[in-house]
Amino acid sequence: MTAFWIILAYLVVLLALGFASNRFAKKTQEDYFLASRGVGPFMLLMSLFGTTMTAFAMVGSSAEASQTGIGVYGMMASASGIVHAMCFFIVGVKLWAHGKRFGYLTQIEFFRDRFESSGIGLVLFPILVAMIFPYLLTGVLGLGSCITGVTQGAFPSAFASTNGAVPPWLSEGIIVGVVLIYVFVGGVRSTLWVNTFQNALFLTLGVAAMFVIADRLGGFDNATRMAVENKPSLLKRTLDPKDRPAYEASVARYEAALEKWQEAKAGPPPRRPAAPGLGKLEFLSYLLIPLSVATFPHLFQYYLTARNAKAFRMSVIGHPICVLILWMPCVLLGVWAATAVVDGRPVVPPDTNPNQILAMAIKNLTGPVMGGLMAASILATNSLDAQFLVLGNMFTNDIVTHYLGRKRFTERQLLALGRAFVVGVVAVTYVVSLAEPRAVFRMGIWCFTGFTSLFPVTIAALYWRRATKWGAYASIVAGGATWYGFFHASGFGSVEHYTVWGMLPVAPVTLASTIALVLVSIVTRPPRPSTVERFFGKPAHAQ
Amino acid sequence: MKRVVIVLVALLLAAHQDYWAWDRIEPLAFGFMPIGLTWHVGISIAAAIVWALAVHYCWPADVVVVAPLPGAARSERPEL
Repeated sequence: MTAFWIILAYLVVLLALGFASNRFAKKTQEDYFLASRGVGPFMLLMSLFGTTMTAFAMVGSSAEASQTGIGVYGMMASASGIVHAMCFFIVGVKLWAHGKRFGYLTQIEFFRDRFESSGIGLVLFPILVAMIFPYLLTGVLGLGSCITGVTQGAFPSAFASTNGAVPPWLSEGIIVGVVLIYVFVGGVRSTLWVNTFQNALFLTLGVAAMFVIADRLGGFDNATRMAVENKPSLLKRTLDPKDRPAYEASVARYEAALEKWQEAKAGPPPRRPAAPGLGKLEFLSYLLIPLSVATFPHLFQYYLTARNAKAFRMSVIGHPICVLILWMPCVLLGVWAATAVVDGRPVVPPDTNPNQILAMAIKNLTGPVMGGLMAASILATNSLDAQFLVLGNMFTNDIVTHYLGRKRFTERQLLALGRAFVVGVVAVTYVVSLAEPRAVFRMGIWCFTGFTSLFPVTIAALYWRRATKWGAYASIVAGGATWYGFFHASGFGSVEHYTVWGMLPVAPVTLASTIALVLVSIVTRPPRPSTVERFFGKPAHAQ
Repeated sequence: MKRVVIVLVALLLAAHQDYWAWDRIEPLAFGFMPIGLTWHVGISIAAAIVWALAVHYCWPADVVVVAPLPGAARSERPEL
């Protein structure tokens, strides 16, 4: 019960921050969506970091580490430290400058101007919404799993079917409701305030949890020693000979269960045990995944909130360190939780849903107060707020006012339309989250793959004068089509470790969108000189 | 200096592919961190240093002063 009350108190703080931020609102679109472009370096760092580190980071990293080992840090964290910071530097700063100069509120407004095409918005809007959808889903699933994990046994009579835990349908509903309220009340300013508070919380508590759990396991050395003894594969990136018999036995059990399931088709299909270890080409291709931060529409919106270009400097330098502080404890905790044995019993039962491993380890190894605080900090790792806000922003500005005209609506009507659209998308996400309890990590990877397919067109828009409208269309379509083809072939994300020629699908998808962009741009008419001058300035010989 | 920073970023990306440590657990840094994790923690720290150099020496000149074009600012539009 203690954990439950701490989570509840945390949610009340979020609502209070949302209402408090509303007192500083100026009631203009630029203020509601961009905080009047006045955000300083520290809050920008907290917002960019908090938005790139979602439930995917805290729940997904520990879950994946418990299955495939410490390699997940290199796959996502150190790769993100290099690539995210690069994207803030070479994409974020430029986009901020164009946004400030031309008054953009959304990504699509920029692409429409740069590629001299109103229609590109009609292609991009459904793609961006469709790709945000699985991202939202990872957030909702991760947060629901967390609350269910730490409230086990809290309500034995009310929720007997979930061992007394708050069931996912309720926990997910509450979280989504709270985020919607503070976003609607305070706009981007509330998300900035909440992000700063949340980041301070989860950076502190992630490290604290690592120390407390290591202490409960007999010290850091002892926690790792248990991993070496019980599942050494999790400390490297190949299948250790010691783990081979156990792995082969689990695969045999899975195949038997699958055969039974195929006969009866009742209940969810059995989950194939993840093979410890990691392919080298697959590892290399993970470097492409973090490129997605250059194309997330909700990050684009945060780029535009910066007070000036200098505000980005702290984000570029500090991001790799913040990622380190968050991910290292999560990866170690995931490995320790999966291998630790206390008083002759495993800390987490072997058949536990990986998404719940971190929460259960904390609950079983620490007191209810630490469990509740940690759960609150896991809840803090979400970017649902920014995603909700940008969906409303894109719908009102890129679709409603662009096609129907600003003068047909009052500002209040536009706001209501945007909110109605967000509620609709969130409702669909909520229903799907109840029916599709897939691994947070896998869902996230597919979502990031889709966004990375837009990286070539984003870079070309900023740095290649010759990039044309038709090149952009070809790139978006080629990337989207290949992404969908691989997503379909993977059983819509249900095949674990789906690779193409040993690499993640992100590699061929990015290659296809790049080739289409370059080839089609070269053979089609270049952009008008006025457009080139608008975005790149006059050529050197004309100055 | 711009070229030096580009080379350093390329070196970071190359160092990220630590295939030599693929099948190794030891040495354990501080007695508990396997080499595969320690190496990548080091890469995170090195990334922060390289990006600090980039910010210091390669900051783009065309973003130092940016003013909105007349009529472009959203603040000139009606209230909510």
